[in-house]
Amino acid sequence: MIGLFRPGTSTVHRAPAGAKLLVLALGAVVLVLLRTPVAVAVAAGLVVGLYLLAALSPRDLLRQVWPLRWVVVVLLPFQWWTAGWRTAVVVVGTMLVLVATAGLVTLTTRTTALLDLFEWLLSPLRHVGVDPQRVSLLLALTIRAVPVLVDTLSDARDARRARGLERSPRALLVPVVVRTMRHADRLGEALVARGVDD
Amino acid sequence: MIELDEVSHRFGERVVLRDVTLDLSERRIGVIGANGSGKSTFARLLNGLVVPTRGRVLVEGHDTRREGAEVRRRVGFVFTDPDAQIVMPTVAEDVGFSLRRLRLSSSERDRRVREVLDRFGLADHADQPAHLLSGGQKQLLALAAVLVTEPTVLVCDEPTTLLDLRNSERVASLLRELPQQVVLVTHHLDLLEGFDRVLVVDDGEVVHDATPESAVQFYRDLSRGLSGGRLGDGGSP
Repeated sequence: MIGLFRPGTSTVHRAPAGAKLLVLALGAVVLVLLRTPVAVAVAAGLVVGLYLLAALSPRDLLRQVWPLRWVVVVLLPFQWWTAGWRTAVVVVGTMLVLVATAGLVTLTTRTTALLDLFEWLLSPLRHVGVDPQRVSLLLALTIRAVPVLVDTLSDARDARRARGLERSPRALLVPVVVRTMRHADRLGEALVARGVDD
Repeated sequence: MIELDEVSHRFGERVVLRDVTLDLSERRIGVIGANGSGKSTFARLLNGLVVPTRGRVLVEGHDTRREGAEVRRRVGFVFTDPDAQIVMPTVAEDVGFSLRRLRLSSSERDRRVREVLDRFGLADHADQPAHLLSGGQKQLLALAAVLVTEPTVLVCDEPTTLLDLRNSERVASLLRELPQQVVLVTHHLDLLEGFDRVLVVDDGEVVHDATPESAVQFYRDLSRGLSGGRLGDGGSP
């Protein structure tokens, strides 16, 4: 979600966020219930088709599942050995299909559309004291925090190297924690200034 | 119109602003002073981010202590570090975030976002991740995100400190063109050219209140120890 969104005008882009998440959830339920290699193959074909429909390349698809490569390398032979090839294909295939579908949702849906959806879904909880706007803001801030933390970590690592303290965990952790806390303080102040608490 | 009436503020035992009484009605007001002199606290008082421990601040008649929401609707605030005020993942979404509290229709929201991004030269970056923008573009985004709500006053706390010369000048020229009343806290004294009024803050007090030329000269003398002031201690407020 951190900058994954690709603007576009395809049917997939224009579909409501709720419909896309519903398809993702239904797909997961169907695959788990059927548990057959054929079902996984059909679902994989559909996902590839949806990527093409959204004018996304096979490389985009590969990028979504690439982080799972080590899980696949370990899980596939293990499942094959303990439960047979069918189970191995179903378990690993289901995981890849669902991750690719989730990736498609984030590639074609604006974060604000997802947050609006979460707000709407959580609105019944207003009666038990849950503030849906706050929950969706929390999600937005969590997404936003990732690149900030990556930058902070990278700066602290450079600073540690510049001081010749490559092996000191303290020289890395202390500045990261201090800067993160300071960032949280400033962000809180900025949110108040932007009228979030009003 | 902003009125400060015998305003004092302290953090714990430390007094950071002392008995400030001012009427701010000019279109362009600068605030200068050493680090730790109380400038940032002064700026934060103007939109209710900081509430005075004594005295009161009124913005168009609204008390920052009791009517914080009303005040913040009128007073936009731009911070030094744009990274700390960008909330949403993409440029357009971050500007749109400011409009969420106004409960506009999505088409009206989109129209206002497009308009402000066009004005700030960010239209081509609308769907880009905000964290990948340059420092100058991030500060422009921060400005756009504040101005999209059309505040009547804009308070900027050292908005050019982290920017290079080119981006500083770009932000400065945008600030100059704004129809809003602008209160600019800065260390970049050349940004104050053409301002109506400049305040020099030193050790929690407004020690000089004059035209930019007079105030900058006073501040230079103060920094050299020629004006008998105390100068800040380099702390954070």
